[in-house]
Amino acid sequence: MIKKVRPHINQNEALLFERSSPGKRGYQLPPLDVPPVHPASALGAENTRGEIADFPEVSEVEAIRHFTRLSTQNYAIDLGLYPLGSCTMKYNPRVNEQVARTEGLAWAHPYQPESLAQGILEVMAALEQALAEITGMDAVTLQPAAGAHGEFTGILMVRALLESQGDPRKKLLIPDSAHGTNPATAAMAGYSVQNIKSNALGMVDVDELARAVDQDVAALMLTNPNTLGVFEQNITRIAEILHAKGAQLYMDGANMNALVGIARPGDFGADVMHLNLHKTFSTPHGGGGPGSGPVAVKRHLAPFLPKPRLARRTDGNNARWTWNYDLPQSIGRVRAFYGNIGMHIRALAYIMAHGGDGLRNATLDAVLNANYLRALLEPFYQLPNKAPILHECVFSDARQAQRGVRTGDIAKRLIDYGFHPYTVSFPLIVAGAMMIEPTETEGKAELDLFIDALISIAKEVEETPDLVLTAPHDTRTSRVDEVTAARKPILRWKP
Amino acid sequence: MLSTVGAETLDSLFAHLPAEVRLNRPLNIPTGKSEYEIVDYFRARGHECAAGGYASFLGAGVYQHYRPVLVDTVVSRSEFLTSYTPYQAEISQGTLTTIFEFQTMICQLTGMEVANASMYDGSTAVPETAMMAVRLTGRDRILTARTVHPEYREVLATYARHQGMPLVEFDYVRETGALDLSELEQKIDAETAAVIIQSPNFFGIVEDVRQAAEIAHRHGALLIFVFAEAVSLGLLEPPRDADIVAGELQSFAISPSYGGPFAGIIATKEKYLRQMPGRIVGETKDTRGNRAFCLTLAAREQHIRREKATSNICTNQALIALMATVFMAVYGKQGLRELASQNLAKAHYLAGRLPLRFSGPFFNEFVVSTNAQMPAAINQSLLEHKIIGGVPLGKFYPELERAMLLCATEMSRREDMDRVAEAFR
Repeated sequence: MIKKVRPHINQNEALLFERSSPGKRGYQLPPLDVPPVHPASALGAENTRGEIADFPEVSEVEAIRHFTRLSTQNYAIDLGLYPLGSCTMKYNPRVNEQVARTEGLAWAHPYQPESLAQGILEVMAALEQALAEITGMDAVTLQPAAGAHGEFTGILMVRALLESQGDPRKKLLIPDSAHGTNPATAAMAGYSVQNIKSNALGMVDVDELARAVDQDVAALMLTNPNTLGVFEQNITRIAEILHAKGAQLYMDGANMNALVGIARPGDFGADVMHLNLHKTFSTPHGGGGPGSGPVAVKRHLAPFLPKPRLARRTDGNNARWTWNYDLPQSIGRVRAFYGNIGMHIRALAYIMAHGGDGLRNATLDAVLNANYLRALLEPFYQLPNKAPILHECVFSDARQAQRGVRTGDIAKRLIDYGFHPYTVSFPLIVAGAMMIEPTETEGKAELDLFIDALISIAKEVEETPDLVLTAPHDTRTSRVDEVTAARKPILRWKP
Repeated sequence: MLSTVGAETLDSLFAHLPAEVRLNRPLNIPTGKSEYEIVDYFRARGHECAAGGYASFLGAGVYQHYRPVLVDTVVSRSEFLTSYTPYQAEISQGTLTTIFEFQTMICQLTGMEVANASMYDGSTAVPETAMMAVRLTGRDRILTARTVHPEYREVLATYARHQGMPLVEFDYVRETGALDLSELEQKIDAETAAVIIQSPNFFGIVEDVRQAAEIAHRHGALLIFVFAEAVSLGLLEPPRDADIVAGELQSFAISPSYGGPFAGIIATKEKYLRQMPGRIVGETKDTRGNRAFCLTLAAREQHIRREKATSNICTNQALIALMATVFMAVYGKQGLRELASQNLAKAHYLAGRLPLRFSGPFFNEFVVSTNAQMPAAINQSLLEHKIIGGVPLGKFYPELERAMLLCATEMSRREDMDRVAEAFR
């Protein structure tokens, strides 16, 4: 019995270009208060284009119906549980959207005089300070635009530190459970990658690490808790091993939602880490961004932070925020201007709404929810790793695979039950992984529906596996042929 | 729930963490605030900025254009705002379809054959295209015009340092403000992977893309075309002769927001597709034969290829790209041209009253000489009339210490422009 959903009318919608008719328009500009200028004479005829072939021509009503109809073809957090592991799909408070549109903030130009930007600089400084407190670090940059961009920034700083000591070294150690962005970042920062195998509990094998760390190792990139949701029990030992050989501990903060208010990376040996404001700090994912990837560092890495840096200047009785460009050891800019400010505003609003206690409570609830799911699903799905978990749990499709049903099929069947699937086939160290992160957003009722759905699917796999293999059945779009999409790419509309 | 998981208290869920890693005190962050207090706090911060009443003539990569109401109406839909990257195509057709339309419109605007789903912004799109050119040509040297946005060039330098990509810059012609083609010809060599130019350039001048492309191609290098003012594409000839386009869409209904979030793009020729970074949406069918869209060509990306990926980019700027998509739908074929024409007219009105520094053709921004005065002094006098003047150029170009960059858009009022002109007298 599917409790959460039943089919409803969902309108078809053609592409904008197919909806267009000549002469239609959805805008009106005010009359010009200056003389018109002939484009070809001002710009040169050779520099002036004719009409943009096939560009949309629709009315305002057609435009809003178009996008509204399309929106109804999306699942979203506001419709229910969105348990993508490692993605921390939590509720995005609407007050954050409103305050990010505050006129003086949203319309501020990055080159307007600092005297007319003090409010924004204050917001950024307050966020830097809060993130430093949460991570136990000494300094923060808000410049990186997303998590992977933060990784890149952090690793460049490691490189700059080691260069200043005479040798940038050659490679980064990365556990086999890591996100793909970690090795890709290493390559962009000019490092080679050496994979480190996880032990039976999904943790870093300390002995193997000790053997691997030598004078060529610049840093270990570690996600903690790791992608199995397991806290690295030997984290302080891991940091000691690295530091003893002059290497740095980079922490991927993708899973920081498991630790806020409970443990601080800066206290357990991390030298540098990034945060994903679009995960832990509730800024909306927006169908794939924008994100924001602040980087927090210990004092010894602070001179290498990207420039410019916020600074407090005092002239007489007046103190004000200013941008400091005089940073000779900085890695330079990683982005024009100062970062994704709109996301900084939202993240600070989230932190303010929660307060220190509230942030910690969110962590407790997120961890309780993950443990609750694990306890009730374990009889039905193989749990490859029995170690205690924090904010997410990873099952394997091993039992269902005996019936020919894989993690991707179970995921598609979950859609029929009214849920967005979990993360499929990741981490790579678990064959047929089903990675579930409920976040603190969910109450018991929604979790129970989700658990019921997965239990029901486990039964279907035994009794009617074809039903699962051909899912989803009740969506307006049935299973999509991704193979043909890649084999014969059609990447734009053509008349 | 606690009894189900076999825990006595919430805290006991963390009992397995080593004692030495636990934080034994509350976070030093003030108690949670109510919604009203939060709104009030940010309103107060907004008042400390140039809220309301200020006219601005700042451009330089961030432009003040009117944002049609429909844009925020659409991006505030929960289904767009609170969804993830569309990995599960069956329940993400809304996002996937709009990205497909976005890719199409970017191709129509730029004259390229394929476009990706967005990059962080224009400044980070530039180094990604440079690395792309290195992979495509097997060469490593990058030749960049000094008229490319100075902050974009700084970002390029940060990326290039560890990629073994030597960067060389070539100058502009002092009289016209356009790139110096003869210096380009002198500096390009058999190791040059790409020539990077921007048009309209940082000074607002329209560059000769065809000539630059001809020189690049004659030496076996690619031409990377950068744009920072997307509205210009409503009037300007698209960069058909370029091989790769890197651009910034902030002008398409994305609020200035003190510099971000914005949305960058990369577009290119079909033959270079496999080396283009970023997410791409493709058209296909579902099992019932209906048209459907999905993320595709993932074999270029970090979650599949790890250290061999084209880039480490994962999260991009999807919702901001959607803003630009709605903008393009609302303005459409006629509107973008009319909007660009208004920008051209306003800028030329203001420029006609000021001492222009360069003679090259310009779109909606231009450099003026401040002659006897320093730019800061003029800006200070304008502030008294609640006008934010131009960007002083000495910070980026020491030789232009007595010059500033001014921008006029469809939002610039004639009386404010007249006031600016007075300040130069």
